[in-house]
Amino acid sequence: MFENIRLAFRGIWTHKLRSFLTMLGIIIGIAAIIAIVSTIEGTNQRIKENLIGSGSNTVDIQLYQNDWPYEMGYNGAPYGAPQVSDDVLAEIRQITEVKAASRYANRQIYSGVYYQNNSMSGGYVKGVEQDYFSTANLTVKEGRLFTEKEADAFTKVCVVDEAIVEGLLQNEDAIGKILEIGGDSYTIVGVVRTRSTFEPVINNLSDYETYKQDESGSIYIPLSDWPISYSYDEPENVLVKATSTDDMTAAGKKTADILNAYIHPTDDTIKYQSKDLLEQAQQLQQLSSSTNSMLIWIAAISLLVGGIGVMNIMLVSVTERTAEIGLKKAIGARKSKIMWQFLTEAAVLTSMGGVLGVASGIGLAQIISIMSGTPVAISWPAAIVAVVFSMIIGVVFGILPSHQAANLNPIDALRTN
Amino acid sequence: MIVKLENIFKVYGEAGTDTSVPALNDVSLTVDEGEYVAIMGPSGSGKSTLMNVIGCLDKPTSGSYFFEDKDVLKLNDRRMSDLRLHSIGFVFQSFYLMNEENAIENVALPLSYAGVSKKEREKRAIEALTKVGLADRVKFRPDQLSGGQKQRVAIARAIVNNPKVLLADEPTGALDQKSGAAIMELFQKLNDEGTTIIMITHDSGIASHAKKTYRIVDGKLYHGLEEADNEENN
Repeated sequence: MFENIRLAFRGIWTHKLRSFLTMLGIIIGIAAIIAIVSTIEGTNQRIKENLIGSGSNTVDIQLYQNDWPYEMGYNGAPYGAPQVSDDVLAEIRQITEVKAASRYANRQIYSGVYYQNNSMSGGYVKGVEQDYFSTANLTVKEGRLFTEKEADAFTKVCVVDEAIVEGLLQNEDAIGKILEIGGDSYTIVGVVRTRSTFEPVINNLSDYETYKQDESGSIYIPLSDWPISYSYDEPENVLVKATSTDDMTAAGKKTADILNAYIHPTDDTIKYQSKDLLEQAQQLQQLSSSTNSMLIWIAAISLLVGGIGVMNIMLVSVTERTAEIGLKKAIGARKSKIMWQFLTEAAVLTSMGGVLGVASGIGLAQIISIMSGTPVAISWPAAIVAVVFSMIIGVVFGILPSHQAANLNPIDALRTN
Repeated sequence: MIVKLENIFKVYGEAGTDTSVPALNDVSLTVDEGEYVAIMGPSGSGKSTLMNVIGCLDKPTSGSYFFEDKDVLKLNDRRMSDLRLHSIGFVFQSFYLMNEENAIENVALPLSYAGVSKKEREKRAIEALTKVGLADRVKFRPDQLSGGQKQRVAIARAIVNNPKVLLADEPTGALDQKSGAAIMELFQKLNDEGTTIIMITHDSGIASHAKKTYRIVDGKLYHGLEEADNEENN
């Protein structure tokens, strides 16, 4: 075997140009596949990062009317939808896929929130309980969170995120500043970090709705203060943290089922739905994969053509080396030895083509990335599969030439010279 | 007795039809251990066919052939390969050396088919090359060697597996007089050391080096030189 590999390398080296041209089909095919796969992977990773954030695994379960979040400020509390009770919350926390759950009231703000002369528009005011911050993976950047004591005493304190500091507060020092929310004055006690590196790709209006809140920022007030600034009896939304990214869909669906079991609205288009980011991510990923899988098929055809090229050159090589094969058979090489020698040569040739293809594919992907701005993630499993696959191509397309070599009659083979 | 051919016929084309040509016509030949035999004949006489049959490269149409105690006609392709590998050493007119490989690698080729380890292969190849007088050329590639030296490498390759028979087909055909004579000396030396040699040639000068000479004419084998001459005179 080692002897065959050595012979194969020597043969390839002796005919450098020919070997390279023979490999070219394989190189181009593999390079194309690696470049495409790297681009797909890169895009997928970016989609996932954008939509899901880095590992927060949170799912929002909100009250919807048809396909849109129910507008509490515009419509008032819907009839037949009670608030989320402690019992219901406890039931949600029992779900295996749920690690943590917190209820919150939510209002999208178009007017009624002010800092001095600035008015806030487009962001959210959320009435939250203490465990909301840990569930949502929000960490304190400055100041502190409000305490249970403050919440119980209906103290008018609030926490804002960085987007609020940047927008509404015009980057002023936030701690101690007073915001006017729904006619009442709230003192800012802390600033929380917005999720890291969030650059959402907005493809449609629904995506826009999803991300708008992150752009305009949120103000968090104690849930107990909610009726003071807004109204009583508003059904809350629930934020759950799934045990893992893969469990997000299940966690969201099950939570929505429990919540829906407790509401009996007269308008049956009103129900809880999970805003499953993972699901959206997967849909986007499928979209990008399906367009690119077409390209992979085209690249696969180029591999097939490359394989036929290898077979063709191997057949020529067998004819050329008739005397060598005849001599080897005459001095006692079994058919199988000759067969293996040529199969090894074909496999080594195409494997080299595969390795060169992977290298040029990675280079190509980088160039694409620089030129079009799409992210690139080199997939090593794909690279390994590509090399193994090219080796298999060598073996498959080497069978016919090797068979022909092995079955040469030594007498005829030696006579030709 | 190593080689025993009895009533060998080799017919090309379909037997019994007009197109059939008997290349070997009722050939019987016995070669004993340690013999040095030359088979002489002009081209087209059937001497190459005879060499192929003796060398187990081809099977006769009829007759019987025993190599030592093995009935060659009953061997399959694989057993024939193994018999050639272990018991027959071939020397050809045009050497048939691998040009990209050096002398050691060329000589070691049959050993690799016999499954000898790399280290042992190298050792035995050097021994064989020393035997043919190329101890100082073991790393040379064929294109760095003269014709006579190339044939020595080929002979080293033929004897490296310690075959029962050394089968040479026009071993001096591609060489000048001096180199040819040197090869004949080498054959003599190998024979003196006990190697059985069967040599096929059209050159009576070369054939005269052998201890026993046969002549082949139109597929018929004659002992010595006279018989064939008589036949031709008739």
